[in-house]
Formats: sequence, structure tokens, C-alpha cells
Amino acid sequence: MKRHLLSINDLSQQEAIEILNTTSELSKISDGPMKKLPTLRGRTIVNLFFEDSTRTRISFESAAKRLSADVINFSAKGSSVSKGESLKDTAQTLQAMGADAVVIRHGASGAAQRLADSGWISASVINAGDGTHEHPTQALLDAYTIRSKFPQYRDDFSGLKVGIVGDILHSRVARSNVLLLTKLGAQVTLVAPPTLIPVGVSDWDADVSYDLDEVVKRVDVLMMLRVQSERMKDSFFPSEREYSRGFGLDLARLNSLQEHAIVMHPGPMNRGLEISAESADSHRSVVLAQVANGVLVRMAVLYQLLGGAPLTEGEIS
Amino acid sequence: MQYTIKNARRLDDSINDIVITDGKISEIGNSLNVGEVIDVKKNLLIPGLVDLHTHLREPGREDSETVATGSMAAAKGGFTAISAMANTFPVADTAGVVEQVFRLGQEAGFCDVFPIGAVTQGLNGQALAELGAMANSKAKVRIFSDDGKCVSDPLLMRRALEYVKTFNGIIAQHAQDPALTVGSQMNEGIVSSKLGLTGWPAVAEEAIIARDILLAEHVGSRLHICHLTTAGGVDLLRFAKSRGINVTAEVTPHHLLLTDELVENYDPVYKVNPPLRTERDVMALRAGLADGTIDIVGTDHAPHPTEDKDCEWQSAAFGMVGLETALSVVVKSMIETKLMNWSDLVDRMSIAPARIAGYSNHGGKIAVGEAANLTVIDTSANWIVDRNRLASKSRNTPFESMSLPAQVLHTFFNGKLVLKDSQIVGGGSN
Repeated sequence: MKRHLLSINDLSQQEAIEILNTTSELSKISDGPMKKLPTLRGRTIVNLFFEDSTRTRISFESAAKRLSADVINFSAKGSSVSKGESLKDTAQTLQAMGADAVVIRHGASGAAQRLADSGWISASVINAGDGTHEHPTQALLDAYTIRSKFPQYRDDFSGLKVGIVGDILHSRVARSNVLLLTKLGAQVTLVAPPTLIPVGVSDWDADVSYDLDEVVKRVDVLMMLRVQSERMKDSFFPSEREYSRGFGLDLARLNSLQEHAIVMHPGPMNRGLEISAESADSHRSVVLAQVANGVLVRMAVLYQLLGGAPLTEGEIS
Repeated sequence: MQYTIKNARRLDDSINDIVITDGKISEIGNSLNVGEVIDVKKNLLIPGLVDLHTHLREPGREDSETVATGSMAAAKGGFTAISAMANTFPVADTAGVVEQVFRLGQEAGFCDVFPIGAVTQGLNGQALAELGAMANSKAKVRIFSDDGKCVSDPLLMRRALEYVKTFNGIIAQHAQDPALTVGSQMNEGIVSSKLGLTGWPAVAEEAIIARDILLAEHVGSRLHICHLTTAGGVDLLRFAKSRGINVTAEVTPHHLLLTDELVENYDPVYKVNPPLRTERDVMALRAGLADGTIDIVGTDHAPHPTEDKDCEWQSAAFGMVGLETALSVVVKSMIETKLMNWSDLVDRMSIAPARIAGYSNHGGKIAVGEAANLTVIDTSANWIVDRNRLASKSRNTPFESMSLPAQVLHTFFNGKLVLKDSQIVGGGSN
């Protein structure tokens, strides 16, 4: 595996499967009495968050702590970053402090790659969401969640049909998921009003539909994306109600899903906009499993980037 | 001051000695040895290059470039006349600022620096600047542009086109519909969708070009389109010229060679406005320049200090330096591809821009009595771009470490040697 995880494109199919398999192994530990592993003892992991995201930050923090790493949370708010310090200076400060890995969340697409490529820092860089580009650990945790629910697709998602619904244009979750799920063999359909589909989508390995009613009937996985109501002000859609009618998961659409189909959402949910309360709380919803799996997947990623060797039975027991 | 340029090869392959006396070509012949003799060993002698699109940053951003450093970069690139864009601090929207820039150019003495005046006050796009005062100043401004910003208000654009007819002026439009490009970071297409960067669609450029072509036709004035970047824009220009509309257009060297795929590593050295487009656009621009639909090459030399590029893409400044690589990039994209020959290049980079702007001492014939604004080029040389050896104050070249053809050896500005063996030698007031 490469030194950094910036994009799903950094992973071969085999490497992605290895992360998922490591996650499976780690899940056995979290089911046991000793939840903590000594693997990354003495290593320092910095959570460098230029954007607020309590969920992602605590997920990474929890993952790092369960591997016994030291964790420093560096939040842009209230720090020198908000006073105009550049990404470069921040990175060099972290370098001087001896960070082994930097988990970066940034509002600018490509910020994680800049951090990794520019020679400012020698630590491993993990992209925890960069602008509207990618969020690779989210895609990995989604794939892991799918695999947990559909054991028949363990290492090969061929035949699995996934619908991703919502603001594709601005979604880093959608970009990473399209790359990863198709890499694993799944068939992905993107569903959104045309205003929220990128112009260059023709080059993506995914189909596009504007008809959610048709798509819900045939997918195994329905992934709903958060839609920010600010998009309405920029005329991406006329009103929240119209969006919800056309592209929200309401009870009728929930009921037209296949018997075995599951509903996913990366959170935080806008209940009543892209997903109704009934859908969010239904037995098909795996939203909480996604959260729990997030910690495990991030442990696996940190483990593979910093730990190196595959897990042994001894370490697990 | 007298020089003899010995063994100069001209475009017709004739080889002669050329004597320069007091700024003018005084004799052309053989076995001449007057004044300082410079044997150019059958390298190509052409009229000095002329740029109608240069950002010199002075006054206001002397940390990235000054009129003097930009002039040196021009001389190194073979240019004897450049045109300073108006987006300085303060904006070149008064006679005072354009005269200051003009005077700084004269004092530097490496090339002619002709200021371009702003179309609107403070580039605000709302009220006309005092175009007449700038035209009548010592700088004798004839080209007006809000470059960096588009004159997007159609009525104001119409008025500007009409108003400059008084002194045979020209409006150089930066064609970019602002509403279609809010927050734009790169060309909108396959690459932007993958990278999650806000797109700058071709239509935002083409819509303004189409509108302004029709306005220029309606009011019968002169329009120049800055840095054309799209295949659709070339088609619009072709249409305009077929209708006999008085419109000219330029293309930058970087848009003739580079594509948006370079953005994939998010290195802001490739961030430029208008953005790098697709391979298809590059091919259309080359074809347009070759057949004359696009009249000239303009560098859009846009220096920026290191900190404005050493950051994440979204925070980085738009722009690339280009004076010192322009000739070589055009040779690589147009001559090595056999789309043009050297005569065509001299037309697009010297004769045509001088004619459009009315720079009467530039882009002329190499003949007795003509101003000695001349450049000698080793057409067979190759060189490696090293940003640390640029004469420009800034380092933001997208051609770093690239091997490029054709090297500028000597530049004569107003009969004075300012570049000798690719090194700056002269300068200062005449």
C-alpha cells in the first residue's frame, strides 16, 4: 500500500479488499473484552481539521486510541489557522512536532494531496474529506457495511446494484463510493436532478437516472446523500419540498425497495429533506452500523499505513 | 551607438551584415564591420516580438514583478515591445498611472512598455474610466482592457466600443461571464468532475465573445478578444471574420500546449484564468492561429510570488509567467507540428500585434531606415527551462524542467543591444 490514502484511486482492488479484511479481523477484537491494541504505541497521529466535523474527527480519534497511538487534535477554529496561517506553515509545524500521520479534513479539494506531495511533511497523510473531491475512508466503511449485510459479496461485488441519491456534484462521499464500489465490481446508478450531476459524469463508471421511483425497485443498496439547503438558494432546485418529492426517500419509496435492500446515509441526516424519519429509523437503515464500522475501518487504515505487517492471531486474542 | 550584426540570416534565407546607427538600420550589405560587431553565425534575425498582454504588477505588487524586471524578462524572451495590463494597485485608469508605467518602462530601457488603460474606473465594471485622458497622455494609450475581469455589462461594453472610436482605440475583452463562473477553479469537464473543483465552462467565454462580436458589428468599432481558449470561440471568430466584423483575437502560448489534465495533481502552477482546456480545444486553437482566425499570440505573463502558489489549489492565485518561454512554446506547438513556418510565427508574434496596437516602431521590415527593434534566434537550439534562472521576479512557470526548442540569443531595442548571448546586458534610458 502507498504511504498516503488521498483517494480511492490510491488503492488497488486487492489493497481495498485487504483493508476490508483487516477491518473484519479488528471487529472481532471490538466484540471481545480487550478493545485496545498496542500496535501504534508511541506513534503520533494528528487530526488536522480545517472544517468542523465532530463525527469524523471522533471516529479517527477513537480508531487511533484503540491502536494505542497518541492523538493530537488540531482544529482550525480558534487556532493560528483562522488567523491566516497557511497550510504549509501548519504542516511544517506538525512535522517539527514529529507527527507520524496526519488526518486532514479541509474545505479545499486537493488539500490532502497538496499536503502529501509538496514535501512540507514526511508523515503519512490520510484524507478525511477534501472539499468536493473525496472522502476515501467513508467509502471504505460503506463498502465494509455492505459486505457485512451481504456476506455473499465478500471480495467481489459483481451483481450488487447500488443507487447513490442526492447532491452528486458537491459530494466527496459519492466520488469515493463510485470509485470504490465499481472497483469491487458493483453496478452504481447515480440519481439526482440534472443540476446536481457533474457535467463530466459521462466519464464515470456509473449510470445516471433522474427517476428515483424506478431505481428504488431494483437496487440492493440505496445510499442517500445529505443535501444542503443552501443549494436551493443557488437554484440547484426550486424548493426543499420539490426536492423531497422527487429525490427524497419517503415511506412509499421505502416500501417499494426489494425485501433485502438496505438504506445507507453518511450522516448527518436532514430528516424530512432527503430522507423521511420513517426511512431513517426503519429496520432497513444501517446508519448506526456505518458509524460503528467507521471506527473499525479507520483502525484498519491506520494499521496498514503505519503498522505494516498483517495482523497475527496472537495480537487479536 | 553603432553595431554590425554579421552573418544574419533572414526569413528568405539571405545572409547579410546589418548596420545599426542611432537606433535605425542604416545599411544592409556584405563585409560590413562598423561599430561593435556581433557575429550571429547565420542565426535567424527577425523583427522584435510584440506582446499585447503583459502583467507587470507595478505599481502595487512590486513583490511579484516590476516594470524593470518584467522588461528584462521581455528582452530575454525576444520582445522589444510589451503592453502593461491595467490591473495594478492603483488601477491604471487615469492619465497619471499610465504615464507612470510608461515612464518606468522608458527608464528601464529594455523594451517599449506601452500601458493598457482600464475600461472602467477601478475595474469595477460600472463606470467608464477617463479613456480620452489616457489616450491623450504621454503614454498615448490605444488599447483599453479590464483584463482579469470582464466588462460584463452589455450596455457599458457598447458605450466603451463606441467611445474609443474618437481616437481609433480598441477594447480588449477578457471574455468571462461572471455569473457563470462564480468560484470557478478550472475548466468544467471530465477532469473537474473527477477532482471536485468548481468548473469554468467554455460557454462562459463563448457567450461573451458572441455578444461582443455582435456589439462591435452594430457600432462599427474595434474589438480584440484576449486569451481565446475554446474551440467554440475559434468558430465564433471565424464567423465574425467571415462577416467582415473588425475583431482580432489572441491566444496564449500555454493554451497552445497545456491541457486541463495537468490539474490532476492539484499543483497550482497550472492554475490560470481562463483555465487550461481540453486537447480538442488546444487543437482548435492551433488550427485557428495557423489559418489566421486567431491573429496573434499574447503571453498573459502573470507573475505571482511563491506564497501565492505554494498553497492549496483553491487559495492559489491564477496566472503563469510567460515572456521568457513564449517564443519556444509557440515553436514547439506550431512549428515543430508543421502547422506554421517561421514567417507565420513572425507575423503572429511581431507584425500583427504591432499593427493591431499601432506600435509603429515595431514589427516592421528589416530594411534601411527602419527602427532597429530586432531579435536573433538560434532556431536549432534546445534549452531546459529553469525557473530559478528567469529574469522575471516570479517563478510560476508551468514549463519548469521542460526541454523547449529555439533560443533567443540577442535582442536589440531601439538600436541598443539589451540581450547578448542570452544574457541581459543593456538597459537604462537612451
